[in-house]
Amino acid sequence: MVLKTEPFVLNIGPVHPSTHGVFRMRATLDGEVVIDIEPVFGYLHRGVEKLAEERTYTGVIPLTDRLDYLASMSNNLAYVLAVEKLAGISVPERAEHLRVILAELQRIASHLIAVGAFLNDCGAFFTPFLYMFREREKIVDLFEMVSGQRLLYNYMRVGGFNQDIPDEFLPALDKFVSQMPGFIDEYDRLLAENEILLARAKGVGILPKELAINISASGPVLRASGVKWDIRKADPYSIYDRFEFDIPTGVVGDCYDRYRVRIEEMRQSVRIIKQVMKQIPSGEVKSKVPYLIRPPVGEAYAHIEAPKGELGFYLVSDNSIAPYRCHIRAPSLLNLTALRDMIVGWKVADAIIIFGSIDITMGEVDR
Amino acid sequence: MTISLSGSEVAKQIAEVLPDTISEASDQVVMVKGESLFEVAQYLKNSQGLDFDYLTSITAVDYYDYFELVYQLTSLQHNHSLVLKTRCYDRTKPTLPSVVSLWRGADFQEREIYDLMGISFTGHPNLKRIALWQGFEGHPLRKDYL
Amino acid sequence: MTIANLGTNAAGHLATLPPDWPGGFWWHWLVFVVIIIAFVLLMAMGFIWIERRGMARMQARLGPNRVGPFGILQPVADAIKVLLKEDIVPAKGDKIVHWLAPVIAFFPVLMIFAVVPFQDGALLADLDVGILYVVAISSISTVGLFMAGWGSSNKYSLLGAMRDVASVVSYEIPVVLSLVGVVLIAGSLSLNQIVLAQDIPFILLQPLGFLLFFIGGCAEINRSPFDLFEADSEIVAGFHTEYSGMKFAMFYLAEYAEALVISAIIATLFLGGWRGPILPPWLWFVIKVIAVFFVLVWTRTTLPRVRIDQLMALAWKFLFPLALINLIITAIQVLTWPVALPWVIIPVNIAIMALLVLLWSKFFKLGWGRVAV
Repeated sequence: MVLKTEPFVLNIGPVHPSTHGVFRMRATLDGEVVIDIEPVFGYLHRGVEKLAEERTYTGVIPLTDRLDYLASMSNNLAYVLAVEKLAGISVPERAEHLRVILAELQRIASHLIAVGAFLNDCGAFFTPFLYMFREREKIVDLFEMVSGQRLLYNYMRVGGFNQDIPDEFLPALDKFVSQMPGFIDEYDRLLAENEILLARAKGVGILPKELAINISASGPVLRASGVKWDIRKADPYSIYDRFEFDIPTGVVGDCYDRYRVRIEEMRQSVRIIKQVMKQIPSGEVKSKVPYLIRPPVGEAYAHIEAPKGELGFYLVSDNSIAPYRCHIRAPSLLNLTALRDMIVGWKVADAIIIFGSIDITMGEVDR
Repeated sequence: MTISLSGSEVAKQIAEVLPDTISEASDQVVMVKGESLFEVAQYLKNSQGLDFDYLTSITAVDYYDYFELVYQLTSLQHNHSLVLKTRCYDRTKPTLPSVVSLWRGADFQEREIYDLMGISFTGHPNLKRIALWQGFEGHPLRKDYL
Repeated sequence: MTIANLGTNAAGHLATLPPDWPGGFWWHWLVFVVIIIAFVLLMAMGFIWIERRGMARMQARLGPNRVGPFGILQPVADAIKVLLKEDIVPAKGDKIVHWLAPVIAFFPVLMIFAVVPFQDGALLADLDVGILYVVAISSISTVGLFMAGWGSSNKYSLLGAMRDVASVVSYEIPVVLSLVGVVLIAGSLSLNQIVLAQDIPFILLQPLGFLLFFIGGCAEINRSPFDLFEADSEIVAGFHTEYSGMKFAMFYLAEYAEALVISAIIATLFLGGWRGPILPPWLWFVIKVIAVFFVLVWTRTTLPRVRIDQLMALAWKFLFPLALINLIITAIQVLTWPVALPWVIIPVNIAIMALLVLLWSKFFKLGWGRVAV
């Protein structure tokens, strides 16, 4: 007896307890198996690129905060690097060191959320999520000491920083850095060999190496697929070439590899911060930059290794106080290109996990 | 350190294989003609020694007389990069060949350029608006939009 | 199987309650109906409190602590809130099915408690087929859940309901088989007799049966790590997505009441029911039920969720063969070793359980992978 079945369309809609932001997936299901999936986004499009053309170069910095709102320091850094490349401004040593510290702290904070949310999607009902947030609170407190803000920092400026770090920052950072590796180890022990997590995440949502390169994936997604490409090593910006760190890569490119790559990257970030802390020189934190920056006519593209991937800013200047064109190369948007290839053939439950393991932020995807 | 290849050197190399495709070449940039974009991109991707297998980003800029598309290409194996540009002088119905069949990463980026700038790409499998809703009139990122 | 009498006869210090205490059949029935309803409702509320507070403390946060001392009155506050909410019925859903579903999901729980002994003889009806009655009635609530999923005209609900039906049907078998092991040792299907036969708690004599029943019970009542029927992060709220107000409260209460049922059955069958020294028997019963529930909360907080095909694979390929083997071994022990010393039989059983579980987990693959499309 042949059962007549028909596929139905399930709208894993923009408002959902688990999609990271307002993201819609139109999934065609045959029972529980996903046979087609179409991502629809644009719900958070705010026209940041157009707005940037109407603000001064410094005025664009708060706009960049809101791109990947979970990693604001990195966005700021990418933008100010692009402006500095365009205008030929150099940055004092102290500011360079502080930039590296803040960027790596931001990487840890962003990966904590990524891993916590991934495990939450796996069903571990907020327990790992809340443990991650406990550590993230410490980082956010450090950032609050520095910039006064907990989420959207708006702290970096073209040429350095406007205000130096307060005195309490370095001792508090020291305390955090001494506790963090212990926490990552504890977390690893709790979850790395968990049978259910392995069953859910190993072999699920494989992104093969050639496909990862072809879709311009970057960040942990690319590295988990086996490609050893990290902008901090391949095209070092700021002063990253002075420090020693490894680049964790995965083998297969499944969800479990992406999870492990992120955990390892957190360890490497702590290592970098420890090295930088020994070497911070004293001095001023901002070089002499005019109040309204007018770069000469030209264009520049600067990219950094943001927690989500390669974040790039392409700036075109026509010697006025506002950028002529500011284009943002968003890593989350490009990492999403292979969503269909990764999800088709798996079940609804896996679709959510695979989507969570790519770790996107809608602020970046839609801009 | 990613070496940014000299545009003029690469242009010479391209001109040997595909004549009459380069419109100008400087130290930083290789500018190609709109129609031959796909062949040049294919050559850049597949030729030994260049091997540009990674498309970093595509940007469209609206200079009032023309649209300029900027392709940042990178090679992961050799760790060098190149900037490829092309111009489109038609403002009413600009079209360019799509490079999606070479680099799938161009998929969403070309859709976004179509959505916000209005440039259509021939050969794109799914050219729909991506950031704005279907039925939106106009292309907001153009300089003459508001 | 008569284990050598260790001399502790916990049933002796309080007289066995006659079946028509206090005065005739109808008074007995009335008193026990009131006791059961009060017990189920109060304990369900207590369980909600234990879960929220216990889970919160395990997650490094406080949990409810405003309403009443230590937040004890939080479930009451929740109940009042939920009663005051608007009752939304989906326009395209089947109205009668939608209305009837919470009722059908909840009342079997109350019915099961008719045969659970709170004290020696203190149960509504000392049926000779107690266990069979329990197993039969507990499946009715699944029908209620499926009706909820169908009557909501919502694809998420339908997915949740389908998963529910598939897995409850699969898990009935290992659960029932592990219960049969207990019945074989006790020699009776009546729950009161089973408790009376537990001079040594059956968890020690039937460790494998306990494990199987615990896992199978978790899966049947939709608790983590098997809570896929209402997996928050996947199908919004599963079968009760479209419910609000009092009907949602019924489902919520039914979930905790079912947890109460499983805890009570485990306490009765494996931990010795109301037996224990010094304290009054019904207090022992309550303590054991709370202890089992605490373990359920613990597993919920710690473990991630399995996928539906992994759940089915677990039932059919792991639990079912083990349940059969457990049954066969128990039957062999009852037949060939009727008078056995406890300190011999317990380690033997525990060793058998460890060996089987290890062996099976080596050869067991949790579900299949990608389907070619």
